[in-house]
Amino acid sequence: MAKKKDDKGTNPGLNTPLLDELEDGPWPSFVSDLKQWSETKPQVAQLLNQLEESYENRWNYWTGTVLNVSGYGGGVIARLSEKADKYPDLAEFHTIRIIPPPGFVYSTERLRNLADICERHGAGILQLHGLTGDALALGFDNESTFAAAEDLMANGWDLGGSGAALRSLQCCVGQARCEMACFDTMKTSRFLTNHYIDFLHRPEFMYKFKIKISGCANDCANAMIGSDMPIIGTWRGPMQVDQEKVAEYIDEKGVEHVIDNVITRCPTRCLSLKGKELVVDDENCVRCMHCINVMHKALKPGKDQGVTICLGAKRTLKIGDTMSSVIVPFLKLETDEDFENLTDLIDRMWEFWNDNGMDHERIGEFIARVGLGTFLEGCGIEPDPRMVQSTRTSPYINFEELAPGDFEGEREQQPTVWNREPESRESSS
Amino acid sequence: MSATKLAPRDQGAPDYTQCLHPAMAKNYGKWVEHERIRPGVLVYTAENGDKLYTVRAGSPRTMSPTTIRKICDIADRYCDGFLRFSMRTNVEFSLTKEQDIEPLIEAIKTELGFPIGGTGASISNIAHTQGWLHCNLPATDAAGAVKAMMDDLIDEFENENFPNRVKISTSCCQINCGRHSDIAIIVQHHHAPRINHNNMQICELPKVVAICPVAAIRPTVVNGNPTVEVVDEKCMYCGACHGQCPSMEIRDADTDTLSIWVGGKGANTRGGPSLMKLAVWGLPNNPPRWPEVSDAVRTILDAYREGAKDWERVGEWIERIGWQRFFEKTGFPFTKYHIEDGPNAMWTYNRSTHVRI
Repeated sequence: MAKKKDDKGTNPGLNTPLLDELEDGPWPSFVSDLKQWSETKPQVAQLLNQLEESYENRWNYWTGTVLNVSGYGGGVIARLSEKADKYPDLAEFHTIRIIPPPGFVYSTERLRNLADICERHGAGILQLHGLTGDALALGFDNESTFAAAEDLMANGWDLGGSGAALRSLQCCVGQARCEMACFDTMKTSRFLTNHYIDFLHRPEFMYKFKIKISGCANDCANAMIGSDMPIIGTWRGPMQVDQEKVAEYIDEKGVEHVIDNVITRCPTRCLSLKGKELVVDDENCVRCMHCINVMHKALKPGKDQGVTICLGAKRTLKIGDTMSSVIVPFLKLETDEDFENLTDLIDRMWEFWNDNGMDHERIGEFIARVGLGTFLEGCGIEPDPRMVQSTRTSPYINFEELAPGDFEGEREQQPTVWNREPESRESSS
Repeated sequence: MSATKLAPRDQGAPDYTQCLHPAMAKNYGKWVEHERIRPGVLVYTAENGDKLYTVRAGSPRTMSPTTIRKICDIADRYCDGFLRFSMRTNVEFSLTKEQDIEPLIEAIKTELGFPIGGTGASISNIAHTQGWLHCNLPATDAAGAVKAMMDDLIDEFENENFPNRVKISTSCCQINCGRHSDIAIIVQHHHAPRINHNNMQICELPKVVAICPVAAIRPTVVNGNPTVEVVDEKCMYCGACHGQCPSMEIRDADTDTLSIWVGGKGANTRGGPSLMKLAVWGLPNNPPRWPEVSDAVRTILDAYREGAKDWERVGEWIERIGWQRFFEKTGFPFTKYHIEDGPNAMWTYNRSTHVRI
C-alpha cells in the first residue's frame, strides 16, 4: 500500500469512483475517513472496493453466519464476503457488539481503550452507536474475534446481545444532565443489564427482547416505538409550577403565544389561564411533557416521581406494527425493593411469554395473539383501566363467572395456562 | 482458541460513574434548567448554580480509530476528558468554561470537520442502519445515503428553522431497522423471492415456512431434494423469509425502489406516539447520492415548514390539515397504493363525513 495520499487518496489498492462522490459536500464523509485509514489497515481498502462494487451493481456481497465466543451465545455478527476470492481479507469480516456505558457517556481513557483494542485485533472501524444500542466494532476474522473479545473483556468491556436474547439496553442521558428526568435512567439501565446478563449473553427467548429507558415522556431513547419494554419516567401528584416564572414568560411572549402553544395544545385540556396565573387540572394531566417543554423554566415534573412501564412495540414484520401499551401505570424506582418489584414483573412476563409464545414471536405479537387480558392474568397483573384507550366493542365474551354449570352439577374449574399460579423462575427450572 | 486463561465473563455494562464529566457527576439529579444558547450549544444549570455547556456535533457514525482519537484529543483539551454520544450518533462535548466554547467549536470544525447543530427544532443526524457496508440483507446502502442527504440538509442541521424537531431514518430492507421517524426512507421489493433450490440445505425449512406472515411458503421437493415454493398471489414481498434463509433472495437490483414514509413519532408529547404512513413510492435506488430521495424529502420539509404550527411534528401537521392537503401541498400523487389493505385497514379509512371540500 502506498503511504502517499492527497485529497481523494492515491492508495493504488483503491478503486472507488462512485464512493469518491461521497467525499464531496459539507457533511463529514465516512468514505474519506476510511480511505485514509486504509493506509494503516489494508483490509479497509478491500472493504471500500467491495462497497464500490455494491454501489456499481446495487448489490450486496455479505453472507451472515454464526460465530460465538467461548461462554457466549451472541454478541458477534459474523459476516463472510461472497467476493473473498477477490478480497481475501473480507473472507471473514465480523462485527463485535459491545455494551457501551449507559447513556453513551465515555471517558476519553475508555474510548481510546476501545479504539486501541479494535485496532490491535481487527480493521479497527467503530460505529458509535448502532440502533441496537451497542458500540459496534467492525472487521475481525474468526481468530481475531476471539482475541479481541478476550482483550475487551480483560479491559472491562462486555459483549452485547444478539439473536433471541435480551438485547443491549439503551437509555437517555437522564439525571446526569437533564432536569426533566424523573428517575435514574443510567442506574436502571446498568442494574437491569447486569441483573439479566445471563439472558443477554445466552439466547433462550422466543425472540429478541429490547428494553429502552427514557427519563420522561419526551422519550429521547426512542423507547416507545423502538423497544419491547419502554420504561418511561413520570410522576404522581401535581406538577411543579413557578407562577412568577409563568408571569415572566407571559410578559415576554404574550398571552396569545401561551394560548396557542401551551393552553390549547394540552391533550387533555387541563390547562387554563387566570390572568397571568397558570391553572392546572392535575387530576387530568397525562404527563405528556408538552407544556413543560415549552415553558421549561416555569414548569417542572412533580416531585413524587417514578416510571410508567409499557410493553410490546416492534416494527412491521410480521403482523404489522405493534405499539407499546401500558402495563404498569406507575411504579416507584428508587429503593432496592422497587427494583425487586421491577425484576419480579419482568420475570413473570418473560416466563409467560416464553412458555406460551411461538418461535420468532416478539412479546407484542404474543399479546396481540392471546389478548392483553389473558396476558395480564398469565403474569399475575391486575387489569387497570389506564391500560386501555377504551373498553371493548365486541360483545362476544366468555365470562367465566356467568357460565352455567355443566350437566353433572357445578362447572368444573379447568386449570388453564392462564389461571395457574405464576411460578418463580427458580422453581420452574 | 489456545488454552490460555479466559478473561472474566458477564461483566455487564461499564460503570458509567467513571465516564461522567465531573460536573455531571457532581450535579447528578440536581439539574434545574437548560437553555439553548444557539443551535448546537446548550447550557444546563444545577441547583447550586453550576453551569455545564454542551456542544453537539454531527458525526458520520462509522469512524476510524484516527477520528475517534481526534475526538478524544478535543475532549481532553476542553472537556476534562469526557464526552457523550447522542441517540442519533451526534457527539456531545460538555465543558464548564464558557470562554472555551468558541475554541472548542473551532477545534471540532477544523480538526474533525464535524458540523455543530442537531438541537431543538432542527434536523438531527439521520438514524443509521448498516447497509452494504456490513449487513447481510440490504438492498440499498445506509451510510452513503445518510451522507448524501445530510450534505443536502446541512443548513437544517446547523439551524433551528422548523416548527419542531424532525427525525429522519433510513432502512435498507423491509425489516426496517431504521424504525418510525418523522420522515423515513425504506426500500421496497416488487416480486416474490427467487429460490435457490440448490442451496436450501443451509436453511431450516420449517422455520422458513413458519416465518411467512401470509402463509405463502409451503414445502415441496425439487430434483429429489426438500425445498420450498412460494405462492406468488399471496406473497407481499416483505422479505421475512430472506432474513431466515439467504436462499430466498428477495432483492433485485433492477426492480427494487425506495419509498418515503411520514409522521412517525415516539415521544408521548401531545397526542402521543404515532406510526409513520406512506407518502411517496417508486423512487429509484440510485447510488451514490440518491438525488430523487433527497428532492422528495426536501419537498416534504418545505411544505411542513410552511404549513405547520409551532411544536407540530410532521405527523401532527398532516393530521391537522388532512392527507388531501398534504398531497396538494407537496404535489405528490395519491394513489390506490396509499390505501391500507392490511388486517386493520378499515380503521384508517375516513369513517365520517368530515371532508374538506
